[in-house]
Amino acid sequence: MTSHVYEPTMGRKRLKWAYIGIFIVMAFTGFGQMPIFKRYYISDIPGLGWSADFYATHYIHYLGAILLLGLLAYWIADYFLGGRREFHLTASAYVRIVLLGGIVVTGIFRVLNPTTIVIFEDLTSFSDVRGRPDDFSPGSTLPHQVRTGYHTA
Amino acid sequence: MKHAISRRTFLKGSLAAAGAVAASSIPLPTAVRGETGEELATLIDIRKCIGCEACVEACKEVNAPKFPEPKKPFPKMYPSRVKVSDWSDKRDDMDRLTPYNWVFIQEATVTVDGREETYTFPRRCMHCQNPPCADLCPWGAARKLKNGITRIDADICLGGAKCEKVCPWHIPQRQTGVGLYLEVLPALAGNGVMYKCDRCYNRLEEGKLPACIEACPENVQKIGPRNEIIKEAHAIAKEINGYIYGEKENGGTNTLYVSPVPFEKLNASVEKGPGRPGLQPVKDAMAHADNLAKAMVIAPIAGIAAAAGKFFAASKRATRHEEGKK
Repeated sequence: MTSHVYEPTMGRKRLKWAYIGIFIVMAFTGFGQMPIFKRYYISDIPGLGWSADFYATHYIHYLGAILLLGLLAYWIADYFLGGRREFHLTASAYVRIVLLGGIVVTGIFRVLNPTTIVIFEDLTSFSDVRGRPDDFSPGSTLPHQVRTGYHTA
Repeated sequence: MKHAISRRTFLKGSLAAAGAVAASSIPLPTAVRGETGEELATLIDIRKCIGCEACVEACKEVNAPKFPEPKKPFPKMYPSRVKVSDWSDKRDDMDRLTPYNWVFIQEATVTVDGREETYTFPRRCMHCQNPPCADLCPWGAARKLKNGITRIDADICLGGAKCEKVCPWHIPQRQTGVGLYLEVLPALAGNGVMYKCDRCYNRLEEGKLPACIEACPENVQKIGPRNEIIKEAHAIAKEINGYIYGEKENGGTNTLYVSPVPFEKLNASVEKGPGRPGLQPVKDAMAHADNLAKAMVIAPIAGIAAAAGKFFAASKRATRHEEGKK
């Protein structure tokens, strides 16, 4: 019906390769967030010395995330504006979308780290304490969960 | 701990006990207890510190239940470059940060107006406002709490020591042979648990002061809402024509020092190395992350705009094509 809107161009192929490239970089720098590259000699490989620098891998991972978010937003918008009239997504595509969505959403939560911490901390003692100022005075017996907090070391 | 009671120790103990009694009799202001939601900061006035180590001993005593009890022998770790960090036989070490010593007294001898002067001051976690250890911990073991404390959860930490590496002061210290890694793949991943000052979070919850503050016979430290602590630090600095450390360092910390001599001089004099942090200038380590996070908000908007632009251009072309046909 509207095949003229959506054409399989070189541009699309280039974007696909860009996506694969970004994904490889994201996976590598993502693993680099764990302290394993130095332990397992990855950073000893010539040219990969930077991979043991947590700030470097973090910076590159964030740059990759910017490109990935831009690319995914482009594809989603492109699909709803015209693509869905041109082709159908396969079952495998839906599975991949869900998996990728999971990675992206957890990544967003990780970037919003302070907020995430606050979400966790709402389960903990300080919010309880704030909620019960009258119960809280030096020497008073506080409810058990207030005194122990989210973790007793 | 084998300690002969010397006159100095007796005096120190008496002073500490008197200080503790005095402190415990004063109800803590609401803000100090962490009820207001404001970040709490501590102010260390290095003019007052006499280097008695009462804070160090109090910290060791109060936090002893949190100290690691490693299982020995340690599991063999691979590859061979992975080194064991074992402080369990050096629990009494007080001259540096260790998993069993979360605060120590640092000493600096500086020349002021031609006179040589020695300053002592407690060193421990700076409790950054934007802590790289918490931001970058891959397991979420290090977290910043609403009241400005940065804590490492010993039940989650795997001891990879990333927090120590990314900390501008390299504060957290590792003990091998303890923690979650023993239950997972002790030979191949993890290496114990990281330990550091948690600013006595549990005592604050109980309405008590952190042990190092309570035990100090000279009232070297204060704790309160950060903006009030900053004001006080500035007032003291103005009065003595002094200097502040921690207000801007690493984007701002919740441990502030005020000194009559420049921190460059103190930094040049203090013994630095593992477990012995310096007082160097520190740029905001996580500033790049904040800037890139802003770009992450813009990126999807740019992606949608590009798709919309492409769609409208294609639609225009199609319309022209249709009109051309007619």
